[in-house]
Amino acid sequence: MKLTVNGNAHDLDVEPDMPLLWALRDELGITGPKYGCGIAMCGACTVHIDGVAVRSCSVQVGDVDGDVTTIEGLGTPDAMHAVQAAWFEHQVAQCGYCQSGQIMQAASLLEENPAPTDEDIDDAMSGNLCRCGTYPRIRAAVKTAAAKLSEG
Amino acid sequence: MSRIGSIARRTFLIGSAAIAGGVAFGVYAYKQPVRNPLTDDLAEGEAALTPYVHIDQTGVTLITPRTDFGQGAYSVQAALLAEELDLAWEDIRVDPGPPSPAYYNGKVAAEGFPFPATDTGFVAKNARAFGDVVSKFMGLQITGGSSTVPDAFEKLRVAGATARQVLLEAAAQVTGIAKETLSTKDGSVVLPDGTMLSYSELAPVAAGIQPPREVALKPESEWRYLGKPMTRLDTLGKVTGTAQYGIDMTMPGMVYATVRTNPRLGGDVNGFDATAAETANGVLKVVPVTGGVGVIANNTWRAFQAAEAIEFDWGPAPYPADMEAMWEKVGTSFSKDRKDSRFKNDGDVEAAFESADTVLEAEYRIPYLAHAPLEPMNAVVQLKDGRLDIWTSTQIPIFAMAAAAEVSGLDAENIHLHVQISGGSFGRRLEDDFIRQAVELAQAVEGVPIKMTWSREEDMTHDFPRPMQMARARGVVKDGHVEAYDLGIAAPSVASSQMGRLNQSLPGPDIAIIAGAWDQPFAIPNYRVTGYRVPPLVPVSSWRSVGASGNGFLHDCFLDELIHAAGADPMEERIRLCWHAPSRRVLEAVAEMSNWGNDLGPDRGRGVAFTLSFGVPTAEVVEVTNTPDGIRINKVYVAAEVGKVLDPVNFENQVQGGVVWGLGHAMNCELTYDDGMPEQTNFHDFEGMRLYQCPEIEVRGLETTDDIRGIGEPSVPPAAPALANAIFAATGQRIRELPLNKHIDFV
Repeated sequence: MKLTVNGNAHDLDVEPDMPLLWALRDELGITGPKYGCGIAMCGACTVHIDGVAVRSCSVQVGDVDGDVTTIEGLGTPDAMHAVQAAWFEHQVAQCGYCQSGQIMQAASLLEENPAPTDEDIDDAMSGNLCRCGTYPRIRAAVKTAAAKLSEG
Repeated sequence: MSRIGSIARRTFLIGSAAIAGGVAFGVYAYKQPVRNPLTDDLAEGEAALTPYVHIDQTGVTLITPRTDFGQGAYSVQAALLAEELDLAWEDIRVDPGPPSPAYYNGKVAAEGFPFPATDTGFVAKNARAFGDVVSKFMGLQITGGSSTVPDAFEKLRVAGATARQVLLEAAAQVTGIAKETLSTKDGSVVLPDGTMLSYSELAPVAAGIQPPREVALKPESEWRYLGKPMTRLDTLGKVTGTAQYGIDMTMPGMVYATVRTNPRLGGDVNGFDATAAETANGVLKVVPVTGGVGVIANNTWRAFQAAEAIEFDWGPAPYPADMEAMWEKVGTSFSKDRKDSRFKNDGDVEAAFESADTVLEAEYRIPYLAHAPLEPMNAVVQLKDGRLDIWTSTQIPIFAMAAAAEVSGLDAENIHLHVQISGGSFGRRLEDDFIRQAVELAQAVEGVPIKMTWSREEDMTHDFPRPMQMARARGVVKDGHVEAYDLGIAAPSVASSQMGRLNQSLPGPDIAIIAGAWDQPFAIPNYRVTGYRVPPLVPVSSWRSVGASGNGFLHDCFLDELIHAAGADPMEERIRLCWHAPSRRVLEAVAEMSNWGNDLGPDRGRGVAFTLSFGVPTAEVVEVTNTPDGIRINKVYVAAEVGKVLDPVNFENQVQGGVVWGLGHAMNCELTYDDGMPEQTNFHDFEGMRLYQCPEIEVRGLETTDDIRGIGEPSVPPAAPALANAIFAATGQRIRELPLNKHIDFV
């Protein structure tokens, strides 16, 4: 089956019910999306399909009908997306394992809602678990990214 | 460039081109002969003097042997070295180095003695120094106990300064210019005329120079990195998805595996039927492993699916099967024959109770808790031509090597452990169980690299949790003050359970049973803390802040009860009772930060709690609102004394993270057992805290002592009691059992 990830087209020979996460990680070697729970309860595997955040552990690869973007495709170390730059500026990460999912979730939120309220942020980001407890910095980074994006 | 400089420089460049040299510096060369592990893999012409600074023709690599599982250990170790060695931050490369006794942790054992951190007397100091000797003798390369900074603070600065002196000497020899006229800048020696000789260029000459035995360290006023906000070295990789964790490691030809073992920890496998698994898509092999079965496949998900399809007949648990039976064991352990310690016994509590009109009594309970780091246990292992390579994250590399040697039958020199960064640990990677399994699987497919990953369900149901505990407390108040406090704590021994699995034994009482309770700096006239050792139940282990994680709640909540019974102010009475000046200062700081005493308004309440753990006095104030839908945590204030805040940004992040950890588990989490198995299996029923529940957390680090301490754990213990005390203040409801959500709702 065909799968476009970060602008690159791939031809995959896997069962259609394989979760997108494992097609990305073990078949395509794209390891930015992380495995944390496998049941859409932690958000570490969050990627975009046509710009919308989804839990790749709970999307079957056969059901993907859009372009997939992972953290590696959102921005790069040399050209970070505004959300990544805000995460860098606030030094959000501790262990960092959840952060690619947090960043993808935040990027999707800001795409949809460029000026989220505190409540909007709570609603959008509470599906992404951080065991290290970086939530105060996540909140601050989302706000910084929103401000930056609204400047254009 | 001066003539002599240019000649010397030309000559030198030829010399260094001829020798693709390497050099390594560290603290031991000048101190005493500890075998330097960096000498093992050097090519001819390279050199390694000591274990922390390796220089070759491509640059400087700093060896940071304490594992980074999110607490920023690599960056702070690098900063301590780079401060003295004089490197540009952007040029810093780090490597955890090989497991080696040279990297022993002198501070991790120092807290295992029955002297509170507040005891700076002769005997206590010597006992701690003895802990250093023990660690060195045993080669304890351990990351834990908030000990990275206290252990490294002088050791790594000395290593950096030593290397710098050798490089200056090398430059003097090469150029013929007096050493005193040379300086360093950003990885180069600077000659008087401004010519820069990079450390790489100097490495081959430096390799032959005996390091000085004494070096002077920079005064604090000249610090360039320490004490200032740093950009952690791992930040860029972690925001761009390019950081490689153990679970991301890949090898050509690698296969993927998982295991299922008896969720009744330590129970037998009576039998299993793997027919469906063996014929499942992508499965290469189904193999027995110790305690269960491993599935090797060509994709992790296929391995998970096949493992799920195996039918098991698990044997019974070697411990009581459910919570009722376990609580019975805990409750009956408050007995003379199970008494483990009584290191605190001031005044005469029995006499105080006899003469009192009223004795307050309470019983407290806290549950088992899983570590559940977000990255599940995993390891990549290759066994090929008699050589075993292991890529994994571990807090105990030398024990992990020993485990791999035991499983594989190979000698240590044929085992190579490559320590990876990890997605959290919180104490989970002080265990070697998953490494043993991965080695077993690699043996089944010799020559082929294998990546073993646990499913979240396997991870949750095979944790060695924080132990369940019970406290029985009695107290007397008199004339508006706390007069007597008698606290008994019954808990299984973490030390004997955990060290037993590492084939070690620890004689004597287990400090973890009473840590965070017996050693608190309060001058209560009649004050007694007794530890009772519960017979082994579920195998247990160290969970972020270890004994203090639960004892902070047990000790401080009942103290709060007594203070309220006395009619005293919770903050004022704690400050009045506190005899230890640094501890009093954190209480005073948090009172000031929170504007303690002002009116919060209707349906609001605030609570204070204090715990001294890992040598760090920490006070927290929690403010809550009692809303119609439940308790909302509005704000948390934290003050902690660490002697020196080495990185204010990471300090704040660690403290906030510890508060979230402490609050989230206190509110929402328990691990319960039924039929010998954990009932919680994933993050749907073991959530910790999510963002919507997270309050604003204001942090202040105090630097009023010369006792340099680490901050990975100390903010955890006071969080739960500060919240419970705040709930009491807001609602009048005293909750004596965790998690709190068994008794009250949170929004």
